[in-house]
Amino acid sequence: MTAALMVWRSTASKKVKFFVIAISILATLSLVRIWADVLDLTSRGTISAALGLAVPIGLAGLGGLWAERAGVVNIGLEGMMILGTFGAGWLGYQYGPWVGLLGAIGFGLAGAAIFALATITFGVDQIIAGTAMNILGLGFAQFFAKITFANLPGGGPTQSPSIEPLPTFTLDSLSDPLVDIHRDGYFMISEIAGFISGVFFRLSILTVLAAGLFIATSYILWRTPFGLRLRSVGENPHAADSLGVNVYLYKYIGVLTSGVLAALGGAFLAIAASGVYREGQTGGRGFIGLATMIFGNWRPGGTAMGAAVFGYIDALQLRDANGTAMRAVVLLGALVLFALAIFALRAKRYQTMFALGVISAALISWFLVTTQLPREVALVAPYLATLLVLAFASQRLRPPAADGIPYRKGESK
Amino acid sequence: MVAARRKILLAVQLQGIWKRFPGVIANSDINLKVESGTVHAIVGENGAGKSTLMKILYGMQKADEGTISVNGTEIVFNSPSDAIDVGIGMVHQHFMLADNFTVLENVVLGSEPRKAGSLDFTAARNKIVEISTNYGLDIDPDALVGDLGVGDRQRVEILKVLYRGARILILDEPTAVLVPHEVDELFEALNGLKAEGITIMFISHKLDEVLEIADEITVIRRGTTVATLNLKTQQVTAEELAELMVGSELPTPETRGSTVTDKVILSVSGLTATNKDGKDEISDLSFEIHAGEILGIAGVEGNGQSELVEAIMGTKAATGKVVINGVDVSELGTRKRRELGVAYIPEDRSRLALLLDAPLWENRMLGHQTQIPNAKGFRLTPKLAREDAKRIISEFDVRTPSVDVLASALSGGNQQKFIIGREMSGEPILLVASHPTRGVDVGAQAAIWDELRAAREKGLAVLLISADLDELIGMSDSIKVILRGKFVADADPATVTPQELGNAMTGAVKAGKQ
Amino acid sequence: MIKRLDTLLAPLFAVMFSVIFASLILLAFGANPISTFLRMFDYATTPRSMTLILNSATTYYFSAVAVAIGFKMNLFNIGVNGQYRLATAVAALVAGYVTFPGYLGIPIIIFISMLVGAAWAGIAAWLKVVRGVSEVISTIMLNFIAIGLIAYLMAPTVLGVQTAENVIGTPIISEGNRIPGFTLPSAPIPVYGMFFLAVALGVSYWYILNRTRFGFDLRAVGMSPTAAVASGVNVKRMTVYAMLLSGAVAGLVGLPLLLGAQYTFTVNFPGNYGFTGIAIALLGRNHPVGIAFGALLWAFLDVSAQILDLTGVPREIIVIMQGVIVLSVVIAYEVTRRIKIKRQQAAVGSAGH
Repeated sequence: MTAALMVWRSTASKKVKFFVIAISILATLSLVRIWADVLDLTSRGTISAALGLAVPIGLAGLGGLWAERAGVVNIGLEGMMILGTFGAGWLGYQYGPWVGLLGAIGFGLAGAAIFALATITFGVDQIIAGTAMNILGLGFAQFFAKITFANLPGGGPTQSPSIEPLPTFTLDSLSDPLVDIHRDGYFMISEIAGFISGVFFRLSILTVLAAGLFIATSYILWRTPFGLRLRSVGENPHAADSLGVNVYLYKYIGVLTSGVLAALGGAFLAIAASGVYREGQTGGRGFIGLATMIFGNWRPGGTAMGAAVFGYIDALQLRDANGTAMRAVVLLGALVLFALAIFALRAKRYQTMFALGVISAALISWFLVTTQLPREVALVAPYLATLLVLAFASQRLRPPAADGIPYRKGESK
Repeated sequence: MVAARRKILLAVQLQGIWKRFPGVIANSDINLKVESGTVHAIVGENGAGKSTLMKILYGMQKADEGTISVNGTEIVFNSPSDAIDVGIGMVHQHFMLADNFTVLENVVLGSEPRKAGSLDFTAARNKIVEISTNYGLDIDPDALVGDLGVGDRQRVEILKVLYRGARILILDEPTAVLVPHEVDELFEALNGLKAEGITIMFISHKLDEVLEIADEITVIRRGTTVATLNLKTQQVTAEELAELMVGSELPTPETRGSTVTDKVILSVSGLTATNKDGKDEISDLSFEIHAGEILGIAGVEGNGQSELVEAIMGTKAATGKVVINGVDVSELGTRKRRELGVAYIPEDRSRLALLLDAPLWENRMLGHQTQIPNAKGFRLTPKLAREDAKRIISEFDVRTPSVDVLASALSGGNQQKFIIGREMSGEPILLVASHPTRGVDVGAQAAIWDELRAAREKGLAVLLISADLDELIGMSDSIKVILRGKFVADADPATVTPQELGNAMTGAVKAGKQ
Repeated sequence: MIKRLDTLLAPLFAVMFSVIFASLILLAFGANPISTFLRMFDYATTPRSMTLILNSATTYYFSAVAVAIGFKMNLFNIGVNGQYRLATAVAALVAGYVTFPGYLGIPIIIFISMLVGAAWAGIAAWLKVVRGVSEVISTIMLNFIAIGLIAYLMAPTVLGVQTAENVIGTPIISEGNRIPGFTLPSAPIPVYGMFFLAVALGVSYWYILNRTRFGFDLRAVGMSPTAAVASGVNVKRMTVYAMLLSGAVAGLVGLPLLLGAQYTFTVNFPGNYGFTGIAIALLGRNHPVGIAFGALLWAFLDVSAQILDLTGVPREIIVIMQGVIVLSVVIAYEVTRRIKIKRQQAAVGSAGH
């Protein structure tokens, strides 16, 4: 895997990079599966669940990206996601899932509008406003859920009646044969089989939509004038202003889009994942979304990867009754850290290398001595990973230069 | 100035420009003629009115009176877009660039070429390469701006305005951030632009460079045009220029007895500080100040005075040795240095010397939190601090209703008086004062000078930075001139001539007297 | 004097606005706002309710002071949730498993709780000072990590025990480790003994901030980092101290409930006091007395909400009110700040610079 990373560093071509990453991930997973003897690591069920868990996280992260690329830190994503779940539930049970989606978008937009007004026009501190949004979003959803759902059949004070599901599809002809290939346990081939069968098993149309949004974001923000201007507002708003860009407008667009995306994430939770609005179903995913955005270096591709990794860990730990699969993941993590430590050594960053090496060694020795990972510890993996990235990779991270700085037109530096 | 009657195309003509701000006249009756395809320099001291004039020309400000003509046609600017439309492009002193963007992205922002809704990167790249080659700017459109050096970034700024069709460039203090070889590269680029017919207006106070590159020079002093010189038809020496900028009179110092003793209070050797681009802000400075001595530092602002002060106070990292009253403080932090008895009057009082949102009596403690009367051990003693604040207010004539008033409510002059009163309390042994009487009315200024002289008689050592020649000549026992981070001349306030001082300050004469 | 009035204006406005906003919602759903608020008020003034209010306010006070310490230095300690929960869990474990002679246990337990809170906040401080990581993100991450850590500790295979049917938590705390309370006349339950500690904390908070060199340095960094540096403050060191202090106070947040009423810690221990602390610190403008009023107001809203269910109005209207208060108070602060600056600029404009 180290070799793979080295190759990755030396090639500039995006296509080759992607290929190399994919191969190395598959290879490593395969090795770990064999070594730890855990078939479930790459089974259809796991992959399918991982995808399902990754979508809301990814959408939240994408929402955070749109806001921060415009220079606004939005930690109120959780509140906007909650509003999304409520909107989806409220309109969804009455008029069907598609209207539910619209409902989510509407509520997310409203929440984002309040946040935008406070931070962009009034210049209120973004962290404080975001915290307020989380309180408001939760309270609002709780209040209106009680009023509207309490006396409905199938509903209750904290839950909506069920929402008709959205269409999903499965690649039936391939699905079962692929599962058999996976079960046979060939190196690498099984992994590929597992992945393909998992992705196309009960694939929700919302997942496809989410993937489309990621691709669209990548295109819009990096290949159009609109996207250039929006990003410029997050990099150096005064420079953008001096060239005639309407800074306030683009900040608003970024924040409103972030609200819509977070709400869509909530809609996924309500419509596709559980089929109802339920209080507390967001479970902190708004914050995990922020983590994936940082993990992904404020780029859509990276955010998607981060969401995939977190979703995968989440899925694995949900399906893992006796902690054996999670233990395998620890091994996986240790190997990754080890490879990164070698990298740090080559870059002469000794402090980082030492730290990563120690952690890696500790994890490997832990793996060898134990047979299972307590599930509570597994739950914190995404957060720990983010902290590690922040602590040791801050040089590699490139947040937008003017991120989080309130902007007043005409105020010179 | 004999003007032969031939048809000269004037790219820019300003006639009778006046601009007033509350309390100050920034521009009075400015007349400026810039020939097409030439490099026209505008020189003057800081505060002479150059920036205001350029803002008017670029449409960021509107003149109260007077006319602007571009290429022969009279025109009115309501915003920078109007100026851009007639081909004027401004390259600001502080670059407006996004470090995380490529050159291409920075240049086309706001004027992006499009192809079916998306950004036409190819067209942009081609145009940039074309401009870069035509004008000899040598820029890679796909380079990340954050990776570029200062000289390259400046050329990106120039590229930005050329991309938008500018034929008249205004450069605001372009060489302020460049090292000598970058200056050469810039001048090469400017000559290349001139060869293609671009008109360049160049604001500066560095006379040696101006003489090197300009075809014509307009000198501005105290808001008005003092002279226009055509270097093609006239021979101008730097000394003459300096005199025009600075004025031919200098105040005569008061005769008084010397109080300079033998005891060295401040000793600095080999002090060097570099900024994050690797450029030396001050290099290898060495000097001594004795008890009872005032050392004045003369120089045009931005030549390293602030960095020198920060390095001595410990708020800026620097190499070299600083010894205060026999104690080597080179490795010590700001608090330890101040506790040795160092008083500090910084030039930017609202950022460095005051807590604007705190009442005056708390500001009495700022900088001296560990000393009487502000604190005893870890406890503050507000009662004593308040008493002392009252004393300062009466002794230094600070106009304020009480010691509970927020610092932000005081006028600038009164704030300065309070700060000086605070710093002079507690019997300091060394005073580092940067423009101490800036913003203070004349009467208070004289009173402050008296205080300083009295303290000096008692043995206070003073490092005095000032742009006010009255103050510098009148107060100092000796003067050093600083230029581009190095000491270039020593001067005796009793005997120095205006030309000598002006020359040294502006670099008209490169070597200094020892 | 006028300055005082100015400061009160924004919170008053925020509360009023929130009341009006809530009234509109109530009207829209067919409830009578005036009678609703009157019933809330009536309910809240019974001795039982007043006890509950004082108890909640005690907890909120600790949380708000913890947050305020950070705010005074422009540090955002969003991690109070994680800090207090971890601290309380550890404190509960110690209190449950260890018996101390006499009442010696109580100060020891309090100390341990503060230590854990400080340590957890210290991680974020270290990350900020040494690696430049924003304390906002790191404390949020640490919150979640704390939850995982607590869950691990509470598992029956580790340190948890069965304290009741279907309840796994820390062992029930013995008499010697509990903090006795005092009872208001005709109240059925006691007020937490830690109420007095809260008062003492408020006084110490005020004293340290306004009467010590450390407090001066801290406030100076918050008001003007550049001036603080010029006056000799070591900003990195102050950052660490402030975060540690904030975390230590956060460690107190769960103790009133733990040692005064519940006597055991489970994973269901209330987990949102941190955000409440942020809201109250904002409302009270980081001032010890302001925070006290804010805490009482918040507690009043919480307690009076209980009566709402009986009137047919969902009690969550209180949460909406609380959210609106926070948002409107910060907007109001921002607006008043800009007006003040404009006024000052106009005055200074004529005097030269």
